[in-house]
Amino acid sequence: MTLTLNDYLLVSGLLFAIGFAGVILRRNIIIIFMCLELMLNAANLSLVAFSRFHVGANGLPNYNAQVLVFFIITVAAAEVAVGLAIIVALYRARQTTHVEDINSLKF
Amino acid sequence: MNSHFPWFILGAPLVSAFVILLFTRGAHKLSASISVGAVFFAFVASVFAFLGPDTHDAISWIDLGDSLRLNIGVTVDALSKVMLLVVTGVGLLVHLYSTVYMGRDESEGRFFGCLSLFMFSMLGIVLADNFAMMFIFWELVGVSSYLLIGHWFTRDSAAEAAKKAFLTNRIGDFGFMIGILMLWSLTGAVGFAELREKLPLATYTPTFMTVAALAIFCGAVGKSAQVPLHVWLPDAMEGPTPVSALIHAATMVAAGVYMLARVFFVMQLSATALTVIAVIGVVTALLAALMATQQDDIKRILAYSTLSQLGYMVMAVGLAAPGAAMFHLFTHAFFKALLFLGAGAVIHALHHEQDIWRMGGLSARMKWTFRTFAVGTLALTGCPFLAGFFSKDAILLAAYQKSLPIFALALLTAFLTAFYMTRLVVVAFLGKARTHEAEHGHDGPAAMTGPLLILGVLSVVAGWSFIADRALGPEIVHGLHEMHGAGGAGVVMTLATLAFLVGTAGGWLLYTGAARDPILIPVFRDKFYFDELYAALIAGTQDVLGSATSWFDKWILDGVIVRGLSGATWGLGFVLRFLQWGNLQAYAFLFGVGVVGLMYLLVFRP
Repeated sequence: MTLTLNDYLLVSGLLFAIGFAGVILRRNIIIIFMCLELMLNAANLSLVAFSRFHVGANGLPNYNAQVLVFFIITVAAAEVAVGLAIIVALYRARQTTHVEDINSLKF
Repeated sequence: MNSHFPWFILGAPLVSAFVILLFTRGAHKLSASISVGAVFFAFVASVFAFLGPDTHDAISWIDLGDSLRLNIGVTVDALSKVMLLVVTGVGLLVHLYSTVYMGRDESEGRFFGCLSLFMFSMLGIVLADNFAMMFIFWELVGVSSYLLIGHWFTRDSAAEAAKKAFLTNRIGDFGFMIGILMLWSLTGAVGFAELREKLPLATYTPTFMTVAALAIFCGAVGKSAQVPLHVWLPDAMEGPTPVSALIHAATMVAAGVYMLARVFFVMQLSATALTVIAVIGVVTALLAALMATQQDDIKRILAYSTLSQLGYMVMAVGLAAPGAAMFHLFTHAFFKALLFLGAGAVIHALHHEQDIWRMGGLSARMKWTFRTFAVGTLALTGCPFLAGFFSKDAILLAAYQKSLPIFALALLTAFLTAFYMTRLVVVAFLGKARTHEAEHGHDGPAAMTGPLLILGVLSVVAGWSFIADRALGPEIVHGLHEMHGAGGAGVVMTLATLAFLVGTAGGWLLYTGAARDPILIPVFRDKFYFDELYAALIAGTQDVLGSATSWFDKWILDGVIVRGLSGATWGLGFVLRFLQWGNLQAYAFLFGVGVVGLMYLLVFRP
């Protein structure tokens, strides 16, 4: 049995769905944050898969997608730093990391 | 003498007005001298122009290729020659008279400045060689008339009268402008000579020409105070009496008739327009004469008489006899100016008393004023062999030949004219003095009686053929002779003389020795309620317009546009903010649903 592009995409979609479900259902903001990272990595996985299965005339995979993955990893690292800093600041202000308690942005 | 010469006639009063109004207004006697000097110069120049050949001179003012060429030009021909003489001649006498009449006025300088401005504007109308220039001077005449009627502007009635005159004239002038534009759109020309060439070649529907002719006639209706725009002229008597004599009797109000004679070649293209003009003329003549029979103010009687005589002239134009109209304009200018100046002398002597029932017995003490006034009256009423007799006869003859109903009404007007003028003379000058002032009336100084005497002589002789023929020019005279040859001259002359005799006898018998007016006819006394009708009409229209505008403002502008727009925005926001319930994960969920929805639409739908 050989793995096809569809298999990778299926895994990627599952990871994305799990991450999205976590973002929607979990209450702890840190878990939500982790789930966000999961969604990013699902995207990365599909990009790498596309790269691998998109072979050009010279027999090499298309590396553009892999470069994009590196960018995403870099940006995600920066994002984690900023996000965690916001969470720390939020905790200091509200003494909680539960999203239900953070609902003052409404009319 | 070359063709540039007429510019001096136009320039002298302009320079005078300029100098007086800007520099010497405070120096009363100097201003008066400048003004009299300017009009004297214009008079002498006009005499030379009259004796000289016909000329035409123009400078280009606006040139936009073939679509529009505007000139400022001066034309001296038979028509403008006689007007030049009348305007500057009567103008000179009135200026001289004014030096006495306005001698003690505290703004004499301004008066003479405005008088010069008027002379400039009036001469501009007379000399104009195209419609655009005539219209400009037409408006200038309106302005100077406004300024002079409102000379005593601290008096409310004078300020109101000035406003009324200006606004009423504007209504007519608007029509005039439309008429000019219609002719211009048809031919692309505004010059009289050009129009005369191009109109016969142009194609137009009869309705178009009727409307154009009547629109131009509107200007004359306003300026010459014809029904229904006549209401301003009696009120204009609030101005100083010399102004009434010069502007509101002899010259400016005659400008309408002059203009109609000048552009008669347009008028005659539409028979309907001519009929309308004739009817309006005769209606004005009759209504004004009826109103005059019941007025008590000496100047108002004369004002209604002016209206009536202007009606005659307009009627003559409508009857395709502009020559007769110009003839009557020519003679009327002299005797009506004479009557007004005579009335002014009486008012001056009686310390501004204008009610004829508070006069009486003036003939003994104001000999020269009385004699000249009587001559003017006889000339106006059509006493045989005086000026008015001949010119009125010409108009009546035209009416007799064209339309018997109009002739009958015109004859009735002639009778009424004799009646009310006799009433005026008998009540004001004969019998016993009714007030203390009237017992001490006296003739004015030479500068006042002099013009009266000159105008008195002219009122007698202006109609005699060796003067009138010379003044009116061969073309008009030829037309008048032709009309006389066409029959009916004997009948008309007999009937006109009869109307004069009956009217004079009636007035004489009824009013000799009367202490009060023996007849009272409110509808004549109240001027057929024209003023009340207009007041109600204007007030009513304003009310309707005002409430409609207010409704629109309240419900459409404020309601729908301002409040409606802000209300809709607020309401939409109110509904939408229920979506913002502050739950982060719900937002994320909706966001996800949205993305899925979009992807479904983009990828799977089409």
